[in-house]
Amino acid sequence: MINLTINNQKVSVDPGTTVLQAARKLNINIPTLCNHEDLCVAGNCRVCVVEQTGARTLVASCATPASEGMDIHTNTLKVRNARKHIIELLLSEHRSDCTKCYKNQNCELQSLANEFAFGDTIFLDLVEDHNYTIDRSSPSFIKDDSKCIRCQRCVRTCDQLQYISAIAVANKGAHQKISSFHNRPMSHVVCTNCGQCVNRCPTGALVEKTYIDQVWDAIYDPERHVVVQTAPAVRIALGEDLGYDPGERVTGKMVNALKQLGFDSVLDTDFTADLTIMEEGTELLTRLKKALVDKDKKISLPMFTSCSPGWIKFIEHKYPEFLPNLSTCKSPQQMFGALAKTFYAQKRNIDPSKVVSVSIMPCTAKKFEADRPEMRASGYKDVDFVLTTRELAVMIKQAGIDFRNLSEAKYDSIMGDSTGAGVIFGATGGVMEAALRTAYEIVTGREVPFNNLNITPVRGMDGVKEATVKIEGCLEDWKFLEGAELKVAIAHGLVNANKIMKQVKNGKAPYHFVEIMACPGGCLGGGGQPIPTNPTIRKNRMKAIYSEDEHMVLRKSHQNPEVIAIYKDFLGKPNSHVSHELLHTHYVERDNF
Amino acid sequence: MYQVGNLVKELSAKHGNTRESLMPILQDIVLKHNYLTDEAMVEVAKELDVSAAEVYGTASFYTFLDTQARGKYVIRVCKTITCSMKGKGDIVHTIEDILRIKVGETTADNQFTLLETNCIGWCHKAPAILINEMPYTELTPEKVTEIIKNYMQK
Amino acid sequence: MENKALNKVGLIFEKISPKEVLEKAYKMTSAEIIQAMLDSGLKGRGGAGFPTGLKWKYTAAEKEPEKYIVCNADEGEPGTFKDREILDRVSLKVYGGMAIAGKAIGAKSGIVYLRGEYRYLLPKLLIELNEFHKMIREMGYDFNIEFRMGSGAYICGEESALFESIEGKRGEPRNKPPYPTVAGVFSKPTSINNVETLVTAMMIINHGPEKFSQYGTKDSRGSKVFSVSGDTPTPGIFELELGMTVQQFVNEFGDGDTKAVQVGGASGFCVPRKKFAETIIGFEGVPTGGSMKLFNSSRSMYNVLHNYLDFFAEESCGQCTPCRVGCQQLLKGIEKVKKGEVKSTYLNELTKLADTMKIAAKCGLGQSVGNAFKSIVGNFREEIIY
Repeated sequence: MINLTINNQKVSVDPGTTVLQAARKLNINIPTLCNHEDLCVAGNCRVCVVEQTGARTLVASCATPASEGMDIHTNTLKVRNARKHIIELLLSEHRSDCTKCYKNQNCELQSLANEFAFGDTIFLDLVEDHNYTIDRSSPSFIKDDSKCIRCQRCVRTCDQLQYISAIAVANKGAHQKISSFHNRPMSHVVCTNCGQCVNRCPTGALVEKTYIDQVWDAIYDPERHVVVQTAPAVRIALGEDLGYDPGERVTGKMVNALKQLGFDSVLDTDFTADLTIMEEGTELLTRLKKALVDKDKKISLPMFTSCSPGWIKFIEHKYPEFLPNLSTCKSPQQMFGALAKTFYAQKRNIDPSKVVSVSIMPCTAKKFEADRPEMRASGYKDVDFVLTTRELAVMIKQAGIDFRNLSEAKYDSIMGDSTGAGVIFGATGGVMEAALRTAYEIVTGREVPFNNLNITPVRGMDGVKEATVKIEGCLEDWKFLEGAELKVAIAHGLVNANKIMKQVKNGKAPYHFVEIMACPGGCLGGGGQPIPTNPTIRKNRMKAIYSEDEHMVLRKSHQNPEVIAIYKDFLGKPNSHVSHELLHTHYVERDNF
Repeated sequence: MYQVGNLVKELSAKHGNTRESLMPILQDIVLKHNYLTDEAMVEVAKELDVSAAEVYGTASFYTFLDTQARGKYVIRVCKTITCSMKGKGDIVHTIEDILRIKVGETTADNQFTLLETNCIGWCHKAPAILINEMPYTELTPEKVTEIIKNYMQK
Repeated sequence: MENKALNKVGLIFEKISPKEVLEKAYKMTSAEIIQAMLDSGLKGRGGAGFPTGLKWKYTAAEKEPEKYIVCNADEGEPGTFKDREILDRVSLKVYGGMAIAGKAIGAKSGIVYLRGEYRYLLPKLLIELNEFHKMIREMGYDFNIEFRMGSGAYICGEESALFESIEGKRGEPRNKPPYPTVAGVFSKPTSINNVETLVTAMMIINHGPEKFSQYGTKDSRGSKVFSVSGDTPTPGIFELELGMTVQQFVNEFGDGDTKAVQVGGASGFCVPRKKFAETIIGFEGVPTGGSMKLFNSSRSMYNVLHNYLDFFAEESCGQCTPCRVGCQQLLKGIEKVKKGEVKSTYLNELTKLADTMKIAAKCGLGQSVGNAFKSIVGNFREEIIY
């Protein structure tokens, strides 16, 4: 243990602890900007400087390891003056049009400025000296350099968490900026639109592209029938933007709020999550049969899940040679969209051209996905507008809804039924667990051999998880799988996806089926989720997802009554011709820069 | 049109294909082709398995790793204090007049680019310029005229 | 205060047999070499002035088997050109100094990081390096040196930025600790020394520490090479004993009308005429990596400061707030004062900002921008305003 003194209080910490962490242990608050729990130390904003007795200069508490006998003061006049200068300097190069800013009141720079209560600024405005660009090219987010304070959280996110580095630090000195490859528009570089940078940007330099007004217009248009779907991970995080603690489930209130906002039908992406399991599970079993029984060399294994549009774009850019390994299943959002303007419209007897399909997603990449030219199977744009969890919270606030005192409501029908299997899609490992619950039962006629259906080896926050399921006692049709060991792997965060892809590329991946989610923790940590994010918040959201699952009566996708019904009435059977028309897709190779 | 992919392969054989090879590879491309095209940076990124944005970000940090089109001869006039005191302005004007370009521009025939740069370490023989890697010092308008004319004949 | 007369010395360029010196060094133990450096009182000649013996001692103490000697030849400080001259004239002594340092710390590899502006020298230096490698192998020793080139970035003279650059990255200074002696280039224990320091080390081995420590003062032992430029009839490089006053320097090099001397380059201090006599050049007064610029009364100190700040605003790596934004604010600030667009008292605010930069910037660059600013504004305030 290392003993040091901070503001005359003694504290003992483990070696490797920073001064900042030691101070937090004493509940001493030191402001930070470039520091983020998910990322490596940068030490570049200098907001967290403190005085170390005997040191020539102030030291950055986030980047300075605690050492024996250190004497730290966090609130001396010298520190306060420096900190105030630093915040003022940041403000001088930041376009401070706060009241018009999307991040107004959710901006770390604004909060700091607030704490220091600047009446008048000392320094000269530098914004006018820079030729800042605002890049609106991505359908998912806006990159506004005039609000960037160069903390480099986004750069570290894109590199360390996502292994993309679509953005990097460019130029130096006064011209230093965060740039894509040679300043190309974000829509034309390797960016996956995952939005993890948006989640970690302390200011309004990176924000989602919002479609709130378009959705309001649709809602208020009497000609339009507006259906809304909500992704599994939204219900366990929406509360955070509405005054709840991370991990509080607000499903019923959310459904009620959506009804109050005026959506004509409030439906559940979980329904198509269950449908995905039927389609993807069947696809997997078919591939296994072709590979193992028919010895078809053209069959690509392992098969990868395809629910995460950030992951899809990642593999399209970086490993296009493995596109055949991707499941051809559309994501639940897009399956829903395709069905909303076909099956749903028919059943409800509505002209599909009048249907506006809106989705609420924990994700910014879903905005891009909905815009893909492939996603028009219904003859229309399958999903018209994608809103993030954060945007939904904004709409709820705009509508003046007293969320906390709302009663709980149930999803509408049709396409509103779901099972616990659909719910857990929101957590890393969830798709795998849901798939195993169903596939195992299809093959053996028995439930997966895990206590209370909880397949714990695929759960949790480890970056790469592996599991092996031994298949025994197969039904007649599946005898070829008798005794086989189904090897699966799960990765979340693209840096972990890349680890698996490297194995696959080297021919060393022993897996049959791999679930990959672009975001840390899976969708619960998506780029459209409430800000801030950190490991604790994500852990709490994960607990909420599994608790939601446990509270469901039905917990296996193939039990979903509406799923059973849609196969009977409309699709025929999984991987049928109609399914392929509406629910499956293909992928495109993209440049790796 | 040169085959940048082949060049990058050659250079990675010479310097290695890890991140620490990045600078030597970029430097050699610039020595050969005066600046880094987007195509060259993409090839280097692929060869070293780093992102293209990282390659651009690194190149753009270094004044001599130009990512903008440059002429065959890049003239860099030192603008730091001693050169500035000792007639840098006249040198710039002289070159501008000869080449009919302003600082930052490249001649239409892509032979010359005129730039200003920070201290090049010839303060005792100011004013000084670099033409590609060669320094020329104790310049006068006459002297620089002669030097540029010689280059024009090359 | 000790105060030495201006005394020209000829150690650095003295003709010696590098082979003999190396043979002598290789017969010494690591501890003996380090002790010689400590006894000599040699401090780093790049400007920061860290005792060379201590640096070697710390690096030698690290257990890691792979260590490096890095020669910092990224001489970018405006007004400094001595390292180019040293490399050009006595590169074998530079390589020899690296080998001695290698022996002292237990490193088998050395890297010379040469600034891109000096690339024209590289072919010649490589030929000489070849000779050196041949010599050292003939002597039966194993020490290998390679060159890495900079590409035009002043900040890469900062040691950790230089390591980043060698590693193929942007030259952005690292957080410290860890210090280079623990984790330097490629995260290995590294002793990074200036070109002149390495040559001086070789001369100390050659002549013994006493010969060196007899020169200079208590805090500034020995002699060092000065780069003299500006308003002087005799610009060039001169090896002088440390401890002289600025007045003595001006008497030798001034043009009779010297109003200020910038000691230590853009990141150093401006000494006005009235302080020439009382200011010692060295660690007890104004330290310098060698840059000495003289300004006569025809020069506007506003122009000088503006030139320096423009330099820093461009050459800051840009990562930390105090330096990136601070440099721009100082530059724009003096422009506005000059134009009368803000009150002259705004210089007081800028001076406070310079103080903040000194204590809050991440590296030596940002921390030293305030030196020139404060010493020029402090001594030539009217020239900045009117």
